[in-house]
Amino acid sequence: MFAYAMRRLGLGATIILVAMMILFSMIYLIPGDPASVALGPRATPEMIAELRSRMGLDDPVLVQFWNFVSSAVQGNLGVEALSGRPVLTVVMEQLPFTLAMVLCSITWAVLLGIPLGCIAAVKRGGFVDRVIGVLSVAVIAVPSFVVAIYALLLFAVHLKWLPAIGAGESGNLKSQLMALILPSLAVGLGWIGYIARLVRASMLETLEAGHIRTARAFGLPERWIIYNYALRIAILPTVTLLGVGIGHMLSSSVFAEIVFARPGIGKLVYEAISTRNYPLVTGAVLVTTAFFVLVNVLADLVIGLLDPRVRASFN
Amino acid sequence: MSSIRGSRGAEMTMTTDQNTPAPALDIDALSVSFATDGGTLHALKDVSFSVPKGRITGIVGESGCGKSTLINAILGLLADNGEVTGGAIRLGESADITKLTPRQMRDLRGLQISTVFQDPMGALNPVLSVGKQMRDIQYRSNLSKREKDARSVEMLRQVRIPDPEKRLTQYPHEFSGGMKQRVAIAMALMMRPQLLIADEPTTALDATLEVATIELLKELQQEIGCAVLFISHHLGVIAELCDDMIVMYAGEVVEQGSVRQIFRNPSHPYTRALLDCDPARLHERVKHLPTIPGTLPDLRNRPKGCVFQARCALAKPECGQPVTSVEVTPGHIARCIRTNEVTA
Ligand SMILES: Nc1ncnc2c1ncn2[C@@H]1O[C@H](COP(=O)(O)OP(=O)(O)OP(=O)(O)O)[C@@H](O)[C@H]1O
Ligand code: SF4
Ligand SMILES: [Mg+2]
Repeated sequence: MFAYAMRRLGLGATIILVAMMILFSMIYLIPGDPASVALGPRATPEMIAELRSRMGLDDPVLVQFWNFVSSAVQGNLGVEALSGRPVLTVVMEQLPFTLAMVLCSITWAVLLGIPLGCIAAVKRGGFVDRVIGVLSVAVIAVPSFVVAIYALLLFAVHLKWLPAIGAGESGNLKSQLMALILPSLAVGLGWIGYIARLVRASMLETLEAGHIRTARAFGLPERWIIYNYALRIAILPTVTLLGVGIGHMLSSSVFAEIVFARPGIGKLVYEAISTRNYPLVTGAVLVTTAFFVLVNVLADLVIGLLDPRVRASFN
Repeated sequence: MSSIRGSRGAEMTMTTDQNTPAPALDIDALSVSFATDGGTLHALKDVSFSVPKGRITGIVGESGCGKSTLINAILGLLADNGEVTGGAIRLGESADITKLTPRQMRDLRGLQISTVFQDPMGALNPVLSVGKQMRDIQYRSNLSKREKDARSVEMLRQVRIPDPEKRLTQYPHEFSGGMKQRVAIAMALMMRPQLLIADEPTTALDATLEVATIELLKELQQEIGCAVLFISHHLGVIAELCDDMIVMYAGEVVEQGSVRQIFRNPSHPYTRALLDCDPARLHERVKHLPTIPGTLPDLRNRPKGCVFQARCALAKPECGQPVTSVEVTPGHIARCIRTNEVTA
């Protein structure tokens, strides 16, 4: 397991490095001089030149890249163009709101998707299976912003059960949770469908396996076979899908945070782009990418824990 | 030599005598069919035979003749589209088990009837340790976890797996094919069942391992005293291991008797064809049954008379009429109207 974990972590670090390279080239290639953007239209050429050399913009590209990577690794993502606050601080202030929402979306998707997929597989071909199938395809097909707007209209405006906007009162857990329900549902709804479909398919495949026949031939109770013997295998593709799904949910959080006027990374990036606050964009993207990579490493580790064959293949 | 009604042939020879004990397994005129898109598929028709207590009965027959269907019917694990349409299966003194509820049927599995399946690679759960799986199948007993593990270790030792304590913590992929099959045998015999069903347990193994596994199986069978229903494509293995044998063709039992009777005096044209195709008979190590010309009849439209007529060199017009079984010698029965001429 140790060798496996090390390899996964190494791979994760490599991916982050590649992401940094891409980000760096994007900053480097974006037309316009960051120094003159930062100083505004009334700056003199001397001021610009001064700032350019202070920002290291006159150094060779590789030196600039090295400086970018080494300061990023030390947690220095530069300062924000407008307020002059460290980018990392600003990003970290917003990150918890987005993470809470993504986590909540995954919870929806897992808590509803896995049981629905299991039930559909066990009752395959029957009425329940067909209803679950139609619903899954429907929630996958409906764009999440449509879900967001209708959920908002129904539960917040019409029924007034849940708050329409914001992240809830700070310090009031209940109000914060209430404020999470609608946005996370909007982001996670499609994933309930994806997971239900995936679990159903891998469950059906697993239930055909010889070892399930063995378990039945030994008279193990059917529930036990399904939840302890089959689901442990059938869940593996879902864990991988969730790792990838986090990336998708992070990008869906942009619209959800705008529609529900929530703080968060998505909203931060949106505003940073519209005000051309590039250091902030870069910093937020880098932190999000690192988080995404970390989650995928974690998903791989979970698979390693669940499947001894995967562990063995790395020894 | 007397002609008797087909479906009751086996019972006449084995179970009607008041003095002999009830067989471990008695199958009486069992018919099974599957609902398919192309109509009802009659996979088993009027299958009758018994497996006496403490003996080993082999079943041979080419692919698709219904061996697995027979096993699944005995275990109550027919596919959803399958159904027992007639006949009875009795286990020891029990009443017909085809009438049991799924719950009652499950209570028999693993306790009174155990099974070893063909594919040792796929027969164990890949993500659970062997120890956990061996413990789980003892779920009915109220031994502690540690006592169950001790039982597992003892069983692994009996099937000669070295270092069994350590082996319990390992996963199936850490075992070789032959070892996995021995683990499967250990699991199947752990509850000391009355009946062990083995569905081609050695087909996937190489010749040396096959011999070792067969010998182990025979040894444990004698120790536990259970009856065995042993399915194989390998006539040599049947000859080596079994006391009695059944030859199946297209879902019917076409010949049955002791191994000695059938190998000495094959009386159904199908059995003869099998043995003729395989001149080395028992000596040569062939994994598959020899092939004979022609194909199995369509099981959705079974022929009216003898099932083998399309491929039989001896077929004559009367074979198109319903055929009866003929007793060749006591206990040796062939379902062919020309049995006497064939054996003559
Ligand atoms: N679930 C099912 N639905 C429809 N037909 C089936 C089903 N299961 C088996 N059959 C058919 O029943 C017949 C007997 O199949 P079975 O699997 O019992 O043969 P077998 O003797 O075990 O063959 P093999 O040696 O290849 O394992 C075959 O014609 C097969 O196609
Ligand atoms: S009954 Fe006729 S067709 Fe059938 S095996 Fe005997 S001779 Fe051949
Ligand atoms: Mg089979």
